[in-house]
Amino acid sequence: MAEIKLQDVTKRYADGTEAVKRMSLEIKDGEFMILVGPSGCGKSTALRMIAGLEDISEGEMTIGDRVVNDLSPRDRDIAMVFQNYALYPHMTVRANMGFALKLAKVPQEEIDRKVEEAARILDLAEHLDRKPANLSGGQRQRVAMGRAIVRDPQAFLMDEPLSNLDAKLRVQTRTEVARLQRRLETTMVYVTHDQTEAMTLGDRVAVMRSGVLQQVDPPRVLYNDPVNIFVAGFIGSPAMNFFSGSIAGGKLKLPFTEIDAPDGVAHSGDIIVGIRPEDFEDARFAPENHAAGKEFEAPIEVVESMGSEIYVYFSFEGGEVSSDELAELARDSGVAETPGAGGGQAVARLSPESDVSEGTSAKLWFDAAKLHLFDPHDGSSLRRSKADQQAAVDATQQAIAAEHHGDGAPPEDDGDAAAPERDGDVKPT
Amino acid sequence: MRNRSPRAYLASTAALLIVLFYALIPVLWLLSLSFKTPATVSDRKFIPQDVTFENYTSLFAGGLDSALLRPLINSISIALIATVIAVTLAAFTAYAIARLDFPGKTVILAGALAIAMFPPISVVGPLFDMWRTLGLYDTYVGLIIPYLTFALPLAIYTLVAFFREIPWELEQAAQVDGATPWQAFRKIILPLAAPGVFTAAILVFIFAWNDFVFAITLTSSDSARTVPAALAFFTGDSQFTAPTGNIAAAAILVTIPIIVFVLIFQRRIVAGLTAGAVKG
Repeated sequence: MAEIKLQDVTKRYADGTEAVKRMSLEIKDGEFMILVGPSGCGKSTALRMIAGLEDISEGEMTIGDRVVNDLSPRDRDIAMVFQNYALYPHMTVRANMGFALKLAKVPQEEIDRKVEEAARILDLAEHLDRKPANLSGGQRQRVAMGRAIVRDPQAFLMDEPLSNLDAKLRVQTRTEVARLQRRLETTMVYVTHDQTEAMTLGDRVAVMRSGVLQQVDPPRVLYNDPVNIFVAGFIGSPAMNFFSGSIAGGKLKLPFTEIDAPDGVAHSGDIIVGIRPEDFEDARFAPENHAAGKEFEAPIEVVESMGSEIYVYFSFEGGEVSSDELAELARDSGVAETPGAGGGQAVARLSPESDVSEGTSAKLWFDAAKLHLFDPHDGSSLRRSKADQQAAVDATQQAIAAEHHGDGAPPEDDGDAAAPERDGDVKPT
Repeated sequence: MRNRSPRAYLASTAALLIVLFYALIPVLWLLSLSFKTPATVSDRKFIPQDVTFENYTSLFAGGLDSALLRPLINSISIALIATVIAVTLAAFTAYAIARLDFPGKTVILAGALAIAMFPPISVVGPLFDMWRTLGLYDTYVGLIIPYLTFALPLAIYTLVAFFREIPWELEQAAQVDGATPWQAFRKIILPLAAPGVFTAAILVFIFAWNDFVFAITLTSSDSARTVPAALAFFTGDSQFTAPTGNIAAAAILVTIPIIVFVLIFQRRIVAGLTAGAVKG
């Protein structure tokens, strides 16, 4: 186990394009770090640089207390799970899992013992003598994980390990990954483009865009306090709604209403306002005695009932937001998931008892205390001061320190509830 | 094959039989000739009237001084040596071409292709003079070198295609698992490219085994003469009898190693070994 440090790490290709730009990131010993971002954001390249499969053009990479810039992958003592698993097709599951140990000249008895133990953990015991071709997708995925864990490496690197599984298996395996990491307590760097995986798995999540690290924070901080419009739009599903508004004379003007400008915002003039779908509610079910809420009339276009909640799409006029960040998100995830970017439509999550219907006008309510305000020029959050950001980082570090040295809960007890619990530990200040 | 109608099945079977018949009739005819006595060689009958093994036994009469034994040993040795060298060198070359980016890569491939296309007959004259000067005339090396010249491009081309099929991630996985580049090549890439290696080996072996032009020009005695060249020096029992039976028998004999070679390795050639490496 070891910590991984990236200091101004840059990846530049021969033609001058930069896949990763001056990335600095500290991954603590035993931490579960997620690298997330849309395709082409450089997250996989960053992971491959940690693995040693890509050269580092500039900057310094440290694993444990060794600078590894010029070390080949075999000397870095890391294990990697590839997106397509990369199992050796001519070897049995047993040989696949024992390959690294065999290369390291570990005695055969010990190899057998470790492989069998890993197989037991991963429920592969009865498949040990089969070839990868005869395994199902989920089994192959577990063999790939097994190949990594038998080695007891300094760190696990995972490159979208679940993306080849079908939806149901993915959810199940996601839980297993979380459990495994808690049990092994090994530093893990996990790359994904799926923000659900990022939110549920990581101690901390690093959001990347076009090779630049945007924000590194625990999932909850990322969700509640995104540093910019890109992170705000990327994290959360359905995505945050964006409206263009303006602040003048102590009033914040939105396309559908006007409220008192929130405290502590020095900005005046044009502004981008983000409201998460769950911060809307049917006016009839709006929480009582809520200090800062506001009702408004909205024409309802589509109603999607999910049983436990209702998603309502309503239109508004003259407040569409256009920005590079949102355009990129829309390209990557499909316009429907970023309603604000797709034109004058927004999505609200309402209580299942709500009886709003399509084609009518309904009274909605939103929580004015939970507005996200962004600078329309650079997309940065207007509510986050530098001090806030530092506080969030400190909180994170404390939380992680407490988690790994404080509680002595036996690993087996860490079930499905592990991930949410951890989120709770790291509340922002 | 599964979803064929009986009619299509019949048609394809018929077509297959016609092709087989067309391809195998000359071989069967040769077989028939090889069992005939000199007197019945030209009796125009497909089934030999009185079967004799005389044609075969006479080829080996006299041990090492016999008409065929030395040439057969020469043929096997030269073809095997050429195959081993060509496939080994080609494996390294092909791996570099498939995996690495280096200047002159396309030139190497284009050059290899150009050499493979070169008509052997146009180099054989100069070679004859050079080999006599260098002392390579009528030696194994004197034949193996020109064989390599033509067989290497063949093997490189075949192997490049196979190496390119192997997912790069497998090698990277091996590196992360702690393998040196050589270990990754030997334990992961080569076993997976085995069908390609065997295909290349068979192609090279057949090329060297079948060559006549170099063999007849660059040898003068049994010390390096291979079977195809030796066949041309067969003589009949007397000045007036053609050695038809002997030639037929020798031709059948030189076909056998090729058939054996292909039968042994065909499973490996056909086997899709990379199945299951990656999802899909």
